[in-house]
Amino acid sequence: MSLSQRPLGSRPARRAGAVAPGGPSVTQEQTRRLERLLSAKEIVVACGPGGVGKTTVSASLAATVAARLGGRVLVLTVDPARRLADALGIAGLGNTARRVPDEAFAEAGVRPKGELYAAMLDMSESWDALVRRHAPDAATANEIISNPLYRNITRRFSQGHDYIAMERLYELHEQGDYDLLVVDTPPSLNALDLLDAPGRMAEFFSSRLLRWLIVPYRSRLVNLASRPFYQVADRILGSQFLEDLAGFFILFQTMRDGFVARADAVSRLLRDVRTTFIVVTTLEAVPAMEAEQLIESLRERRLHLGLLVCNRVLPGSFSDPPVSRTAELLGQRSGELAESLATRLSPDKATSDRPGAEMVARVLNEVARSFANFRLVATREAELLGELSAAHEVTAAVPYHPGHVTDLRGLLEVGGKIWGDETSGSDSSSPGRGATARRSASGTKKQAPKDAAVPDGD
Amino acid sequence: MQELLSYKLLFVTGKGGVGKTTVAAAIALLASDQGLRTLVCEAEPKGDLARAYECGPTPFSGRRISDRLVAMSMDTEASLREYLRVVARVPTVGHVGPVARAFDFVATAAPGIREILTVGKLCFEVREGHYDLVVVDASSTGSVVGQLAAPTGINELIRVGLVRSQTDWILEILGDPVRTGAVLVSTPEEMPVTEAIDLAGRLAKETPVHLAGVVANRVLPELFGRSEEQVFNELSRPAMRDLLVSELESSRELVEDVLDAARLAVTVRRDGVFHLERLRAEIAPEVPLLYLPYLFARAHGLRAVRQVARALSEELLT
Repeated sequence: MSLSQRPLGSRPARRAGAVAPGGPSVTQEQTRRLERLLSAKEIVVACGPGGVGKTTVSASLAATVAARLGGRVLVLTVDPARRLADALGIAGLGNTARRVPDEAFAEAGVRPKGELYAAMLDMSESWDALVRRHAPDAATANEIISNPLYRNITRRFSQGHDYIAMERLYELHEQGDYDLLVVDTPPSLNALDLLDAPGRMAEFFSSRLLRWLIVPYRSRLVNLASRPFYQVADRILGSQFLEDLAGFFILFQTMRDGFVARADAVSRLLRDVRTTFIVVTTLEAVPAMEAEQLIESLRERRLHLGLLVCNRVLPGSFSDPPVSRTAELLGQRSGELAESLATRLSPDKATSDRPGAEMVARVLNEVARSFANFRLVATREAELLGELSAAHEVTAAVPYHPGHVTDLRGLLEVGGKIWGDETSGSDSSSPGRGATARRSASGTKKQAPKDAAVPDGD
Repeated sequence: MQELLSYKLLFVTGKGGVGKTTVAAAIALLASDQGLRTLVCEAEPKGDLARAYECGPTPFSGRRISDRLVAMSMDTEASLREYLRVVARVPTVGHVGPVARAFDFVATAAPGIREILTVGKLCFEVREGHYDLVVVDASSTGSVVGQLAAPTGINELIRVGLVRSQTDWILEILGDPVRTGAVLVSTPEEMPVTEAIDLAGRLAKETPVHLAGVVANRVLPELFGRSEEQVFNELSRPAMRDLLVSELESSRELVEDVLDAARLAVTVRRDGVFHLERLRAEIAPEVPLLYLPYLFARAHGLRAVRQVARALSEELLT
């Protein structure tokens, strides 16, 4: 079940009709569920395929919780678009959390019940902090951090990035400064990697291979089991590099106990009853498939899936048969329609020529053709939404918004869609560039076939 | 401008979700259609290539898609085995298993090893002349720079050893602007375009690979010219709209929905144009920018790959 859906530009009269199966109470029930979820949980981890708008959804969710439910809410983002970072006031701030000022809410016409904070995840700063925490002393920490291998590893070790995001989440949670933490996960090779990252970090330090690597540097006593490895590795990498590597890992090893204990704790926190995962996707074939796999593995790992957000959903009107018929008629009868319309058009301001019937017919045809094009996409992806939302408790569909969400107002509107708000734009006439005057369209399981996804997918 | 298909090695990259795999698969398909022996390789073995061609798994050893087209997935461990066998001539094959596992571990920890096994294999295919063109469905923005910069990085970190001795010829191939190029794929949207611009800068600064072209994927068709848009705006006025309603014997809501849909299409297209202009302005003027249309009917699979290949060939000919 999920939030109910409304076609684009619908009037109140039709809107009531659109909600008919179950009535408006469906939406209210959904909203209540969502509010219960976000009040009960302390951590929300947003995951999903790359390019589906995870960052925007995470920030929207956090902003909306701060506005409507209250409390201190922090959104931790990995790589926000510059304009979004500017809007949140966190551009160039590194790991420092910053409060989004009440004036920003006021500009959006909202008096927040709580406080919104935002922070970026600075990978190298976070790694350094981790090393400083776990190294036995400051000298060792400095030695590790200044090692050229260390920079290389922390910069390129993409699984490390997953780990560091989870680790930072743990740290923030442990500090206890916030009521709700919303974390936007880094785009990894595989969205599932982050779920295993803490485990792998622990494994890394317990590995026999790590011990092998370190042995010869210490004692030069190569045991039988590791001899073939050294022979080949020496030949390929050169013993100097191996020694550099060993030297580095001997230093790194000093942090082992701290790291392993910490990774275990991070892992436990992800499984904790206070943590929920949300999956964000668009309704294109590939992201939707990845989202499905992600949901499956959350289930396998017994992690809590709180919400599925389908982002950039096309307005329901595209798959509404009467609307399609009207569009078709417009194309079929463009000639005669143009004849009667053309005489009523005002003349071109520049040339003072009145547009001819031919041009009007061309415009009508284009309108019809474009409708048919988008309708194809809408129908195909409505099917996907149906499949995805069938299995999940709470599904929200966020309608396509032209342009990008670049301010708090825009974030709150997206949040409103997730909440299942009624249409926010009072007039259907202008889907403008800004984040205002959006229409609501949220999918329900029952009405899913009315929904469709947006054609793009960055 | 150099014809895209005259390269020997093309790395196709861009932000996740922009259609890298489809574009890489289409370039390879087009090349093989034009008579080139073509290898297409997915650098991250997620099965995207198999989905694009709608074929079975594409293993490291390669899967023949057609007479002249072979698809494969990168597997660094298999690459290491091949390297040990072919180049290093390590005789202790029996030990390769544990060695590969050990290596896998070292590769996770030691920078550049995994990357050089990936890039090395691709350059090896170019050097040996097994194919006329090698197309790589490369990693997305995040890691492709690391991959392409790995040989240089290895040179700095590793002073001796076989890996070190291999980097010179790899660097020679990667840095040759006649043979090797990167293709950046973007969609007409803010983040993909920003990342593409950023990546173009990083490629130039941190890697030896030159930028062969930029592909703007999923470009929406232009709905109206300027004067047509004026007419359209006129039609949206209440009086005109009501006339349409009565002529069509329809309802105001229905007509309004249709007009709204057109308006959405116009807005989406206009947003896209804004970002494409940004892209064009930031990419060096000599780098070709190819436009691929948005596919309404099929966004994925072999049908989509064929359509993109056809659109590409039109772009390359004009």
